[in-house]
Amino acid sequence: MEASSSPKREDLSCQQIFALLSEYLDAELPPDLCEKLSGHIEGCAPCVEFVESLRKSVDLCRNFKPDTLPAPLAEEARANLRRAYESFCG
Amino acid sequence: MDQDEDLQIAADLLARKPGAFDRFVDTYHNKLFQFSYLTCGKREDAEEVAQDTLLQVFQRLGQLRDPARLKAWVFRIAKNACLMKRRKSTFAPARELSLSDYLPARADGADGHRRIEIADWSHLPENDLLRSELSAVLKNAIAELPDLYRSVLLLREVEGLRTEETAEVLEISTDTVKQRLHRARLAVRAKLDEYLRSAKGAFVP
Repeated sequence: MEASSSPKREDLSCQQIFALLSEYLDAELPPDLCEKLSGHIEGCAPCVEFVESLRKSVDLCRNFKPDTLPAPLAEEARANLRRAYESFCG
Repeated sequence: MDQDEDLQIAADLLARKPGAFDRFVDTYHNKLFQFSYLTCGKREDAEEVAQDTLLQVFQRLGQLRDPARLKAWVFRIAKNACLMKRRKSTFAPARELSLSDYLPARADGADGHRRIEIADWSHLPENDLLRSELSAVLKNAIAELPDLYRSVLLLREVEGLRTEETAEVLEISTDTVKQRLHRARLAVRAKLDEYLRSAKGAFVP
């Protein structure tokens, strides 16, 4: 199932909800479909639990700070970049 | 860094404001290195991609008029530089992630209610050691994603690009961005869930 498919049924199954969760969290679903998802999730404990774990995973990704830093730019490399920028500046 | 700050850096750079060069280079050298490191997998390649990208950006800056487009434009150059690097190294076939692989297993609880097999996500680790362990698990989960999915996740979540901008960088449709992002998130969630279950009891508040 594609994540962006649009189920036609009035009552969505957990599996249909599952396919749409990222668009739901990102508020990228059409309002009527979003409402249907909210309605289902509110009354479905397994979906509540899963949505919460996905939301926390997304938050962790957004706050992800890689621990490997690049070596500082060598003076010559920085000077090359500055020359290219100065040429743009005219 | 938020979108406003990115936009300000871009606007200052195009307006040739004093200090704009250094601010842009310091910010984007790091961003481009991180993106390339997780994309190419090799430190030396990532250092080279970051520097080459910056040089190309300055050489072609005259082509850009709208500061709002700078970030996506820079990452598109970096993405192409990463592709060139990968073509020269080991060929890795594209791997697809299937949605069904991430559907949680279901079980009926003793009280007759439906349950899913999932870790307790209510308390994520708060002490430094466990947080850094979780952070390492997250980094591995991102690094292990197939290329197609990792790029989308890095651009959307780590760099905060919008769906449309990510589609522009990767030269794919917005529907494909959404589909890949969802699968990437599910894959990362599954790895974190696995870790939280194995560390059960360690996060009691």
